[in-house]
Amino acid sequence: MSLQVAESAIQQAEHADEAGGGLWREAFRRLVRKPAAIIGAIFVAIFVIVAVFAPLIAPYSPTATDLSQIKGPGHIPGPSSTHWLGLDDLGRDVFSRMIYGARQSLVVGVVSMAFGMVGGIILGLLAGGLGGWVDATIMRFVDMMLAIPGLLFAIGIAAMLGQSLVSVMIAIGVVNIPVFARLLRGQMLAQREADYALAAKSLGVKRSRIILGHVFPNSLSPVIVQGTLTLATAIIEAAGLAFLGLSGADPAIPEWGRMLADTQKFLTSAPQLVFYPGIAIVLSALGFTLLGESLREALDPKNRR
Amino acid sequence: MSLLDVRDLSIVFSRRGRRDVRAVDEVTFSVAAGETVGLVGESGCGKSVTSLAIMGLLPKRGAAVGGSIKFDGTELTSLPADKMRGLRGRDIAMVFQDPMTSLNPVIPIGLQVTEVLRRHRDMDAAAASKEAASLLERVGIPDPARRLKEYPHQLSGGMRQRALIAMALACKPRLLIADEPTTALDVTIQAQILELLKELVVDSGTALVMITHDLGVVAGMCDSVHVMYSGRIVERASRWELFEAPRHPYTAGLLASVPRLDQARGEKLEPIPGSPRDTIPWTQGCAFAPRCRNRIESCTQGAPELVADKLRPDHDLRCFNPIDVAEQEAVTL
Repeated sequence: MSLQVAESAIQQAEHADEAGGGLWREAFRRLVRKPAAIIGAIFVAIFVIVAVFAPLIAPYSPTATDLSQIKGPGHIPGPSSTHWLGLDDLGRDVFSRMIYGARQSLVVGVVSMAFGMVGGIILGLLAGGLGGWVDATIMRFVDMMLAIPGLLFAIGIAAMLGQSLVSVMIAIGVVNIPVFARLLRGQMLAQREADYALAAKSLGVKRSRIILGHVFPNSLSPVIVQGTLTLATAIIEAAGLAFLGLSGADPAIPEWGRMLADTQKFLTSAPQLVFYPGIAIVLSALGFTLLGESLREALDPKNRR
Repeated sequence: MSLLDVRDLSIVFSRRGRRDVRAVDEVTFSVAAGETVGLVGESGCGKSVTSLAIMGLLPKRGAAVGGSIKFDGTELTSLPADKMRGLRGRDIAMVFQDPMTSLNPVIPIGLQVTEVLRRHRDMDAAAASKEAASLLERVGIPDPARRLKEYPHQLSGGMRQRALIAMALACKPRLLIADEPTTALDVTIQAQILELLKELVVDSGTALVMITHDLGVVAGMCDSVHVMYSGRIVERASRWELFEAPRHPYTAGLLASVPRLDQARGEKLEPIPGSPRDTIPWTQGCAFAPRCRNRIESCTQGAPELVADKLRPDHDLRCFNPIDVAEQEAVTL
C-alpha cells in the first residue's frame, strides 16, 4: 500500500520534471524560491492592484475638500479615524490622493518604459541584425544620446514638448532608448556567433530568418530584465519631472512627485505630507528593482543547475 | 566521376597587424557517392576549416579560399551566396561537434526540424511536423511526437546529436560532413551515434566526410583515410592499408599512441613528442620534422611532395624518409 503511494509519488515527480517548459518556465521556478523576488513581487502586486482599483479603494474623491476639519489658516489636520493619513493644506484626503497617485505613476512608468523598450529594440535589432554601416550609424547616434545626462535630457524634451503627462512619458521613454538599443545589439552580436546560428546557416536557413527567428529571441531576456529595472527608474524620473513642475497642467490630478513638490513648504509644520509620497515612490521603485534583479539572476545561465 | 572534388584547396586567414595564417594548403581529395572518407588529424591541423570551406561557411572577410571545390560538377568557391544557401541543407549538410550548443535553446526541437523541411522541401506546417516526427523516429528518438514539443535542454546529449543528425538528413542530402560528431558525447553514446550514421549513410547512399581525431572512428567507418598535419595531407590510403602499414611517421605515431586490446599488459603507450605547435612552415621543410623520429637532413631543406608510394599501391605519402614496411611488420610482431 505505502509502496504504491511511494511509487505513484515518484511517477508524479518524474512527470513534473518532464513537464517543465522552456527557459522562462525554468526561470520562473527559480524565481519563486528567492525571498527578494517574492518581496519585490508583493510590492509590485500591491502597487498594481491599488493603481487599477483606485476608485474602489479610495474612500474619498482625490479632489473633494473637507473644509470642516480645518480649524483656521495654516492648520493641516493629521491622521484621524475619518481621514487615515490626514488632510493636505487644501483639505483633500491624502490617503485617497496617494491611491490615485499610484495610477499616474503606473501609467507613466509602464508607458514610458514600453516606449523606450520598443524604440530601443527597433534600433538594436537594426544595428545588431544588419551590421555594417547601419550598425555604425545607429550606434554613434545612440552614443550621442547616452552622452547627455538622463534627467537633463528628459527635462529638455519635456520642456520642448510642453507641460503634459504625454510629454513626460515621451521624455522618459526617449532617454531609455539608447540603453535598450545598446543592450540588444551587444547581445545579438554575441548570439550571432553562437553554434546554433552556424548550424542553422549550415542547413541553408535564410539570414533574415536566422536573425529574427534564432538570434533575436535568444537576445531578448536581458532586454526584458532591463525593462523591469527601467520601470523603477521611470517611476522615479516621472516623480522627478513632476517635482520640477513639468508634468500635466492640471494640479488637481494627484501625482506623487507633484505632491512632494507641493507639500515641501509644509515640511516643518506637517512633515507627514512629504513623507507619504516619498515612501510610496521608494517602495514602488524598490519593488520593481528587486523583481528585476531576481529575474536577471534567475535567467543567468551561470546560476542554472 | 566523384561527387565532391577538392583540388589544391588553400585557406589563408589574414588580420590587420598580424601575419597571415595558412590554415590549409594543397589539400586535394575526392569523395564518391556513397563513400565514407575520413579526415584525421590533431586539433589545429585544418580539418574543421576544410569542412567549413566546403560548406561555404567561412567568413567572407579575412579568409581567402584558393583552389577549387567542385560538388557534382558545380564550383562552390565562386558560387553566389544565395545559390550556396539553396545547396546547404538540401544537397550538402553538416553535423557539428557539440550538440549542447548547436541547437537553439529557446525554440522547441520540432520547430527547428520543420524549419529545414519548410525551407527546402516546401512543406506546409502540418506535413512538416509529421515528417519531423518520422525523422526523429528514424534516428532512434523514442516518443517523437512529445520530443518535438520539447526544448533542447530537456534532451540528453545523445538525443540532441540524434536530433541534429535528423535535421541534417531531413532533405536527404547527397553529401554529409560530420565534424567530430561524437567528441562531446559519452563513450557508450559515441558508438550508438556512429552506428546510426553508418546505417543512415548506407541506407540513403549519402557520401560522408568524417572529420575526426579519433582513429577508432576511422577504423569503424571510413573507406579511405586522409591524414592531415599542419594544414596539409601527409598520407592517404584505404582504411585497411593505413592501419596495416602506416608509412608516414606521423600516422604511425598516432596509431602507437592509441591503447590497443591486443597489446601486452604494462606495455607503455608511445606519445608523439612535442605538440602541434612545434612546427616549421611548409616552405622550409616538413612541418612534422621537429617532432619526427625518422627525421633526416633533407626534411628541413624544402617540403616533401604528396606522391604515390613506391612500395605500396593506392597509397600516397608526403615524406622523405617513410617508415619501412618491413620494419613496420617487425614492430607489429
